[in-house]
Parts: sequence; structure tokens; C-alpha cells
Amino acid sequence: MAFDFGFVLSQAFSPFNLLLALVGVVLGTVIGALPGLSATMAIAVLVPFTFAMDPASGLIMLGAIYTGAIYGGAYAAILVNTPGTPSAIATTFDGYPMAKRGDGDLAMTLATLASVVGGVVGAIFLMTLSPLLANIALAFQSSEYFWLAILGLTLIASLSTGNVLKGLIGGAFGLVLSMIGVAVIGGDIRFTFGSSALLGGIDIVSALIGLYCIPVLIDLVARPDRHLEPAPLGRGFRLFEALGLCAQNAFNLLRSSVIGTLIGILPGAGGSIASLVSYSEARRSSRHPERFGKGEPAGIMATESANNATVGGGFIPTLVLGIPGTPPDAVILGALLVQGIRTGPELFTQQSGIVYIFMFGLLIATVMMLPLGLLIGRYAYRFIVNTPKALLVPLIAFMTVVGSFAIHSNPHDVVVMVSMGVLGWLLGLAGYGPSPIVLGLVLGQIAEQGFMRAYMIGGARDNFWGQLLFDRPISWGIVALIVVTLGLPLLRQFRKSGNGVKP
Amino acid sequence: MLKKLKLLAATAVLTVAAGTAMAFLAAGTAMAFPDKPVNYIIPFNAGGESDVSARLQQPYFKKLTGQDLIIQYQAGAGGAQAWSVLNDQVGDGYTIMGTNLPHIILQPLLQDPGYKTDDITNIYMFHFTPDALLVRADSKFETVQQVIDAAKAAPGSLTVGGVATNTANHIANQLFTNLTGAQLTYIPYTGTGATTPALLGGEVDLLWGYTTVAAGQGDKVRMLAVAQDERHPLFPDVPTFKELGIDMTGGAYRGIAVPSSTPEDVRKELSDIIGKINADPEFIKEMEQAGFAMLNVPYDKVGAFMEERKKLYEDIARQLGSLK
Repeated sequence: MAFDFGFVLSQAFSPFNLLLALVGVVLGTVIGALPGLSATMAIAVLVPFTFAMDPASGLIMLGAIYTGAIYGGAYAAILVNTPGTPSAIATTFDGYPMAKRGDGDLAMTLATLASVVGGVVGAIFLMTLSPLLANIALAFQSSEYFWLAILGLTLIASLSTGNVLKGLIGGAFGLVLSMIGVAVIGGDIRFTFGSSALLGGIDIVSALIGLYCIPVLIDLVARPDRHLEPAPLGRGFRLFEALGLCAQNAFNLLRSSVIGTLIGILPGAGGSIASLVSYSEARRSSRHPERFGKGEPAGIMATESANNATVGGGFIPTLVLGIPGTPPDAVILGALLVQGIRTGPELFTQQSGIVYIFMFGLLIATVMMLPLGLLIGRYAYRFIVNTPKALLVPLIAFMTVVGSFAIHSNPHDVVVMVSMGVLGWLLGLAGYGPSPIVLGLVLGQIAEQGFMRAYMIGGARDNFWGQLLFDRPISWGIVALIVVTLGLPLLRQFRKSGNGVKP
Repeated sequence: MLKKLKLLAATAVLTVAAGTAMAFLAAGTAMAFPDKPVNYIIPFNAGGESDVSARLQQPYFKKLTGQDLIIQYQAGAGGAQAWSVLNDQVGDGYTIMGTNLPHIILQPLLQDPGYKTDDITNIYMFHFTPDALLVRADSKFETVQQVIDAAKAAPGSLTVGGVATNTANHIANQLFTNLTGAQLTYIPYTGTGATTPALLGGEVDLLWGYTTVAAGQGDKVRMLAVAQDERHPLFPDVPTFKELGIDMTGGAYRGIAVPSSTPEDVRKELSDIIGKINADPEFIKEMEQAGFAMLNVPYDKVGAFMEERKKLYEDIARQLGSLK
């Protein structure tokens, strides 16, 4: 590395940059915790301010907001069952059950620790292996995205324990929802029923807020019991308990962080898929898969480490290839362009100063999340637990409306949010969970477009199956994972019944 | 912590004060309109070409008028979500919106996006990203003629990527086929960001992109031709389609529109301001460095420009078979 290491460190650790990282993390955490307000939005608003700064300082602040926002998404997921960002969808699976039974403080601490681990792993990969890893973004093509989406969909089987059929019906419904609007391929207008408001499709964030949050709100009103079990007084952060759990789950954390980094590199995937896949992997390799979805700490650790690892991962193709890994990366790339910084492998050698200062800044911001997150998390938890229901419900209801409006500053998204919410509540009464629907909605487009492109390219080259699977080694690997994920539970069941051993 | 916050607050106050002082100095030479910040709505997500070009305009607007240009995003339905509510905004000149061609012509032609092309009052078209045919740096294609020959030898066997269906890229592909007889298989992607890895990773053989893509990717891609009247200053070695005997000029045009209730004199003033920014050599340099091509269609010429483009796009849309 042809640059002055001491200079980079002195810049990254300069009081001003540290202050920016601090402000960025706090701001990002709050924005991420509020559903509907996204990292992309926050960064876009703040981009002009960074023009007045030194480029590296501006970048540090944007990076800190980004990583803070991904982490903040866990707050709403754990405390009110609403993913603050799509990246936190899978955190609701175990986070909310934990909070409900009175372990919300532990869940928050675990989310903080896991986010820091994931963020650090992602940042280390970014600093050390970027030019090499960027090639993954190019090796992943349409057929791989198709199979990756299918792998994500297999999670429906494990999420709908007890009633796989209802899970599949929910998933299929989600897939139908994902088709609404103008198709990217073919340009057909589907299921809009003549309404121009539906041309843009169902917005994922407004559907998330509706499907997860509204049923919880209705239940809070309908039932007399407390919303969350209060934690006994003076229990603190439960930091040592959480550290112990982390030690037990060291491998899980590491695997999820690596999965998060790798999926973060893929421009068409992102935090939601990263956390879903690592959740699925954690569940598959766990000794107690039946505990997942009922408040299993390992589930939170998997999803939160994975989604924060995507931050570092996403910057890899952004900085090396000029291809944004995630939507916030796209905004940051735009800001770089306006600053006159050219991305590319040479960014790591020539203009190394700026890039390395930024990467150290990102690392510092991630580590700062530990004390800040523990502190903010504790107050957020106390606030939610101690606020009386009569106050909490209208407050959250108001936030859902503001949040879904804020996505595109469009009242139409509020209508979608409320309708999805009422629908989700009714379906919930009939025993259909929201998660399979959300999986279908999130993954449907990726699966459809991946398949259609593979089909069209295969058609042009007269080699459809080769394009979809046979000539593509990465696809083999993903298909193997799909087979294992789907086959293993069946095999286990078969063995158990074969040996006559009762489960 | 508190001290640091105080320090930050103090710095912020100082910055604002300095900024205001400078604004007053600049405003001394500026005109009466605008006398407060102007909202600039971009109907797409941040980070795209529309956003980047607006960001480049921002400082010049401030320099010229002493007022801030505040960029906001209202993305959705390929821009239709914002354009369908443009005329609901207050028409006092303090709300302006980015418009894009062929979007605002094709969308109402093909579906009902909640607005009509004529509902949109464009006051200036200030740049475009010329269509460009790109290949990977290691591709066997060196010239457009080689592509045409290969495509004629095996019609439809070459794949070309582009952004979505019924878009500028899709139209460029159809126009290319019409003019050369070369059949390419068009593969739609979700955005410019998704097309670049498809080309670099080898999923598609060719890419319908813009000069901005080539500017961002440097020596990893090769541009075979650009759809401009003259060669782009950033790529003096890349021929135009016209030079090759293929009559293609165009791409994605970007302009600025106002609500229809905006008075005539304000429309003119805004058009003048945008025109002055467009004439600033520094601005031109920055825009061209990013791969944009300058365009000057002020308010009094924009009507004729739209008519000409409308006719072109209608013919192509009919050919694409999407027009009933």
C-alpha cells in the first residue's frame, strides 16, 4: 500500500471526523428505528452539507448514518414488531417474541453486539480484499439472482412451522402482490385494475409497516394485558449474559457476517436478503431449529450481524467498480461523482488517502455503535415498556402514517399501508402469518426478472438450461443449498419415524 | 459531549452567517425573482443521472440568484408519481420539477399514468445523455459494422442490455434495427446500475447505455458509437452514428417543468436562469466530465422541440407494438 498510514490514522481519528461519526451514528440509529424513514433518504438530504466539507469527512458522516440506520432498524423490529428497514424483516421473527416475554433488554443488547461484529467484519473485508471481492458482483448474473431468491423463498417452509400449506398460500399471495404494476420485462400492466396509483406497484416498506405493525396495534387495543413484559428493575444491559451468548454463537456470528458481506456485494440483493439467508442458515445448522421464531437469541444475532455486514460489502462494488451495491450506495456514488472522485481499482492505490480515511471512519463509526447503541437501546426499551398503552398505540399509529407517507411523499402509500395492515390482521386471525407474504413480495420481483432474463438470453444463445443452471457453477452451489434446506428436515423426519423414535 | 455539541452549534451558526453574507453580496447583482429558496423536485431516486445533473446545477443557481435550490425526491412509477401531481403544486415559480424524455411522452402513450404529455409545462431542456452502444473492453467487436454483420449472420443471437421496456434504451434498439436491419435481442434491466454489471460480467454481449456509463467505467468498456450530432468532448475517438451513416441522434433528455398555473413572466425568468447556468463554462466542463451532453432548448423553443420528439417516439412505439 503506497500511502502514509500514520496520516490516514491521524485524519480518521481527528476530533472533527470523530464528531461527525458520532453524530452520524446517532442520527442514523434514530432514522433507522422509525419505519418509513430510510438511510437512503437521510443520506440524500445530507449530501449537500458534505460538499462544504473535506470529501473524506463528508464520506465518513454518510457512512456513519448508513451503518447506524441499518442497525436502528432492529429497534422497531424488536420492540414493536415492525422492521424499521427491510433489512430488519428477519429480526422481527425472534426479536419481538423475546421482547414480549420480557427479554427485550437482552434482545436489544444482542442486536447491538451482533451489529457491531457484522459491521466490523464487513469493514475489514472492505479494507483488505475489495479489488478481489468486487468480481463477485460480476460473477452473479440473472440466473444466480433467480436461484438466490428461490433460496430465500425456501425460508417459508421453516417459518410456517405447524402449517406449511398456509405458509405456501401466504407466499404465493406475496408473489402475486409483487407482480402489481408495470412489469420491467415486457412492460405489461398487471393487476392495477385501471388505477394509475398502482402502476408503481406495492411499495415494500409500506407493505412491511402495514403487515407487521397494524395487526400488533389492533391486538394491543383488543387485549387487556400489557404490551411487553416489563424487565425487573435494575437489571442493566445484561451485557455479560449477551456476551456469553455471543461466545456460544461465535461461529454463527462469523458465518452470518461473511454471508452478509458477500450478499452485500451483489448489486441486486441487499440487506433484506442477506439477513433472510443467514437466518435460514443459522436455523438449519442449529441444534434447536424448533426454537427459531419463538424468541431464539441466535436468530437475532444471525440477522443483525448479516445486515450490518452488508454496509461494508456494499461499498466494495461501489468503490471498485462504480456499481452501487445498495440504494444508499447509489446516493453516495452520486455524491462522489459531484466531488469529482472517480471510482475504480485505482481509488485504492492512487487516491488512497481519501478511501482509507473513509474506511477507517466507517470502522470507527461501527465500533461507536456499541456504547451508543447500548445507551440509546436501553432508553428506547424503557420508553416503550413504560409508556401506557393508551399513549403508545396512537403514537405508533401516527408514526406508521407519517412513515409510509414519507417514503415517496405520497398519500397513496398510506392507503396501501392501511389496507395491507387490515388484510394482514384478518389473515392472521385465519392463521396466516405475515412473513411468508412479505418474503413473496420482496423476492418475487428478483426471482421473476432473473428467470425471465435467463430465459431470454438462453433463447438468444439457444441454450436455455445452460444459461439457467448447467453452465453456471455458482448456481449449482445455490441449488445445492436449496436442496439441503428443503431436504434435511424431511430426511430427519423420515429417520425418526423409521427408527420408531418419538421426537 | 455537551461541549462538542455547543462547538458544532457555534460552527453551524457561523457557517450560516457567512453563507447569508455571501448570498447578500451575490444577490446584489441578481434579479428580483427568486427572493426565496426554490424547490426542485426530482421524480427519481437520489444518485441517478437526474439527481447528479441537478446537484451540479445547485451551486450555480445559488451563485446566480443568491437563493438556494432545494432538491427533493419523489420517486415512483418511473417518474409518473411526481408528474401526475405537478399541476397540483402552487404555480409561483418556487416549485419546479425535473422532466425526462422519452418518459413524459411514452408513458401517456402506452398507459394511463395520471397525466398527459401536454399537461407538463416544460420551461427548458438543459442536457441529454446520448445513446451509446457499448461493449466490454475485451469484446471482439471493434466497430458498429462488425456488430451489424454478426447480427445479420445470425439474427437475434446477439444480446443487448438496456433499462426496462418502452424506454430510451428500448427505443434506441428499435431505431438501430430499423436503420441497419440488424436484429438484436433486447434484455431489459431495472436501471442503469443493473445494466453495468450485466455488461462487465458478460451476461449480455452489448449494452445500450449512455455516455455517462462510459465516463464512469473508464477503460473497462469500449463505446462503439454515440447518438450525437458531434463527437462528445470526453470521447474524441468515438464516432457518432451519423458519421457511420446511421441517422441516430438522441437519448434521454432532461429538462425542467413548472405547474401549469405558473405565470408567463415567471416561466421566462426561470428559463433565463437555467439558460445562464447552462452557458457557464465551468458548469459545462463539469457536466461534460460526467458524460452529459449539453442542450439548450429555452422556453420559447421547447414547444417545437416536444412536437418533433413526440412524432419520433410515436412512430417507434407503434413499431414496438405497444401502441394500440
